[in-house]
Amino acid sequence: MILATVGTQLPFPRLIRALDDLAPSLGRVVAQIGDNPETPRHLEHHRAMEPRAFDELFRQADRVVAHAGIGTLLAAKKHHKPIIIFPRRAAMGEHRNDHQLATAKQLESHAGVYVAYDEQELERLLRLPDLTPPDDTPGMSLRDLQGAIREFIVS
Amino acid sequence: MTRESEGIQQVADAGPRVLAVSSSGGHWEQLMLLRDSFDGCDVQYAATLAGLGERSGVGATHIVPDFNATRPFRTMMGLLGVARVVWAARPNVVISTGAAPGLIALVVGKVLGARTIWIDSVANVERLSLSGRIAGRIADLWLTQWRHLARPAGPVYHGAVL
Repeated sequence: MILATVGTQLPFPRLIRALDDLAPSLGRVVAQIGDNPETPRHLEHHRAMEPRAFDELFRQADRVVAHAGIGTLLAAKKHHKPIIIFPRRAAMGEHRNDHQLATAKQLESHAGVYVAYDEQELERLLRLPDLTPPDDTPGMSLRDLQGAIREFIVS
Repeated sequence: MTRESEGIQQVADAGPRVLAVSSSGGHWEQLMLLRDSFDGCDVQYAATLAGLGERSGVGATHIVPDFNATRPFRTMMGLLGVARVVWAARPNVVISTGAAPGLIALVVGKVLGARTIWIDSVANVERLSLSGRIAGRIADLWLTQWRHLARPAGPVYHGAVL
């Protein structure tokens, strides 16, 4: 199952439309669409979801598609699910600036994180048979940060 | 103080008393990813939402009001609420991953003689949050989670929760 989410703050019609077009050929796709202006025709969709229900879908998903929201990224890491990031663009009125593009570029090198900069890449990544899940052990970066905090506290 | 915080046990003779404060959502998730940093400390958590501590397995938390600068009256009441929690916790170290209530906790902690740590949210990729920029004036350890946002005068980068 593919789980898609746009977060709770802003709708993301371009992502939902792309997924809706692809849904009939992708198997089960469940999407949290927020305040999307259009009603999807093919997607199994929810405007918003209870945290518990959302967690359950996360567990069932074999890949996650999302805007470049950090909350979703952290959840994908926690649940050990490959995530495809489709960043919002300011030029298309999807966010007030292009910080999601900057986030996506920074995250591209992380294992288990895939970035689609346009609808073609999105389709390609959705159809790839095997995506690597993110590491579920704490990364070097997290251990370094914990170490710095610890050192400060005990000093 | 709220009823939730009355159930918090103080452990005598533990390590430094740490008060870790965060808003709900991503801020809290990040704080939880960092909790191993407090091993051996007498740590108390404060959150803007009841039940988060229990759900994350760290026990009851103090509850602090949620607010941001757009609502002056709520902010005023929020300041008082945070001040009471910090006062009651008597921390040696106050740490926050944001947002505004965490900043206020650092300010109050500082006034009461605690050392302070600000960890700007990993969501702030292009620039620090407003709270994070203000925190730079008072935090003894001022951290960004993005290398490109670090500056010689701070914030510093020592890794990220990613």
